[in-house]
Amino acid sequence: MRVWRYADDINTDMLFPGKYTYTCSTPEEIRPHLLEDLDPEFAGNVKPGDVIMAGANFGCGSSREQPVVGLKDAGIAAVVAESFARIFYRAAINQGLVLVEAPEAVKAYREGDEVALDVESGKITVGGRDFSFPPLPPEILAIRDAGGLLPYARKKLAGSR
Amino acid sequence: MGMTFAEKVLAKAAGLPEVEPGQIVTVKPDHLLTHDNTAAIIGKIEGDLEKYGVVNEELPIIVLDHVVPAANEKTATGHARVREFAAKHDLSNFYDVGTGVCHQVVVEKGHALPGRVLVGSDSHTCSYGAVNAFSTGIDRTEAAALLLTGETWFRVPPTVKVTLRKKLQPPVSAKDVILTIIGDISAGGATYQAVEFHGSVDTLSSLSVEDRFTISNMGIEMGAKIAVFPCDEVTDEYLKSLGVSRDDYEPVWADPDAEYAGELYYDLSAIEPAVAFPHKVDNVKEVKDVEGLEFQQALLGTCTNGRASDLRAAAAILEGKKVAPSVRLLVLPASRAVLSEVLEDGTLEKLVDAGALVLPVGCGPCLGAHQGVLAPGERCLSTANRNFKGRMGCKEAEIYLASPQTVAASALSGRLTDPRRVA
Repeated sequence: MRVWRYADDINTDMLFPGKYTYTCSTPEEIRPHLLEDLDPEFAGNVKPGDVIMAGANFGCGSSREQPVVGLKDAGIAAVVAESFARIFYRAAINQGLVLVEAPEAVKAYREGDEVALDVESGKITVGGRDFSFPPLPPEILAIRDAGGLLPYARKKLAGSR
Repeated sequence: MGMTFAEKVLAKAAGLPEVEPGQIVTVKPDHLLTHDNTAAIIGKIEGDLEKYGVVNEELPIIVLDHVVPAANEKTATGHARVREFAAKHDLSNFYDVGTGVCHQVVVEKGHALPGRVLVGSDSHTCSYGAVNAFSTGIDRTEAAALLLTGETWFRVPPTVKVTLRKKLQPPVSAKDVILTIIGDISAGGATYQAVEFHGSVDTLSSLSVEDRFTISNMGIEMGAKIAVFPCDEVTDEYLKSLGVSRDDYEPVWADPDAEYAGELYYDLSAIEPAVAFPHKVDNVKEVKDVEGLEFQQALLGTCTNGRASDLRAAAAILEGKKVAPSVRLLVLPASRAVLSEVLEDGTLEKLVDAGALVLPVGCGPCLGAHQGVLAPGERCLSTANRNFKGRMGCKEAEIYLASPQTVAASALSGRLTDPRRVA
């Protein structure tokens, strides 16, 4: 898996500048501006299956969901971080973007290390070393398994009315 | 074992006798706030709205504030769509362009009350902790689902208890308190956690609802889910002034034997004027150590510091003086009600006479969409809540966060100045 490595406190303005918040909403509009002010190389070079590996408090700042929508659309296999900001964490669940909170794995990573991920069994391998991460609670897995929050809500609505 | 504020509110909302940190609960929030992003939110569920309608027309609070008045055809079209949606579904809590910044409007209109649960598709929804509400930010997709179902989930947060002691020494202000705390515990220092502010009657009664608003508003800048004050006489008096009856709300507060994940203590009398340097809110320094830094734009206002008391504090410093010719001082009142208040009492005249440019009530240049975008190499000293790279529309510009008092004192010379030397 190809790794894009970033530091602590990567905020939503770095992931998707606020000046586009009210003019870009669809994945097609979002894609060219992904990580624009953080890493100008990212948007043009990201490939499906790539992984972002970052420090603590990833996704802090605004409630804008465009970064999540854009990363999911770009085919990012997972964002692995030491920790996530809470709104970003919820937004990822709602879009079905995989987040892995694995501080030890992030700290162990060195440039060039091979990274492999097994989300179902909760295992990430970094440079030959295995690290485990806790599974999502069943209530949250139900949202992800439905394909995101809106499909989940639609299923519930169809059943209740 | 006693319960924290968050545990009590969530237990009650979920219909459970008790809850513990880590537990996931399903709740029906009292209100859902959305703003200009309502257009994108309803765009996700057009077919569903046709089929199911809005779950409860009292639930949404919609405030157009982020890019107001509209800056271009696209934002204008978005606003028009939101108006049409509000009319079609007969939504009672729709506030059009010019009412104010959403967070100020939610509180001013009496929607955020003690003990209530509010969510909003804006990260600064945590502001209503100032009036003892449980309020927090969510994303657009969750807001869309809430419009249809009226319910969502929360993981019960662990809580940090912050005890405030003594009183602030003006011109040191509430902004300096929250900047100091964030500088101490870092931008991720309270991630996933609730923050409760405690203190003696003497200490807490020295903090107005406006002061508390500034502090709760920035809870998200340390990662907090909520940042909440108890409901006391100050809260009751404030809500009474809005026309809210004491019978309309049930305050909630932590038990004395509640269990906390951490405890912090702050002596308010020892707080120094503080400034957050680029590009992180936790990059906090004491103003006295960094005086002299030149800047070209000053922003006084926003949902963090755009209330009458903030503008008055700045006007008291600027009265009869002139802002440096090298500085553009932008004043952004948080709402029409605030604007009326500062028009009537002469505050606005003092600011304008000193050289301020008054912007339409709303979010203005805070998020870089319009009205005061910075040029490369420029610096802005701002009373807003974020100084992220690119936040004010230019990634080669720098944003410094401080109190209204520090911004006003510094605008006189165009150099960062400790307000105690001017006030």
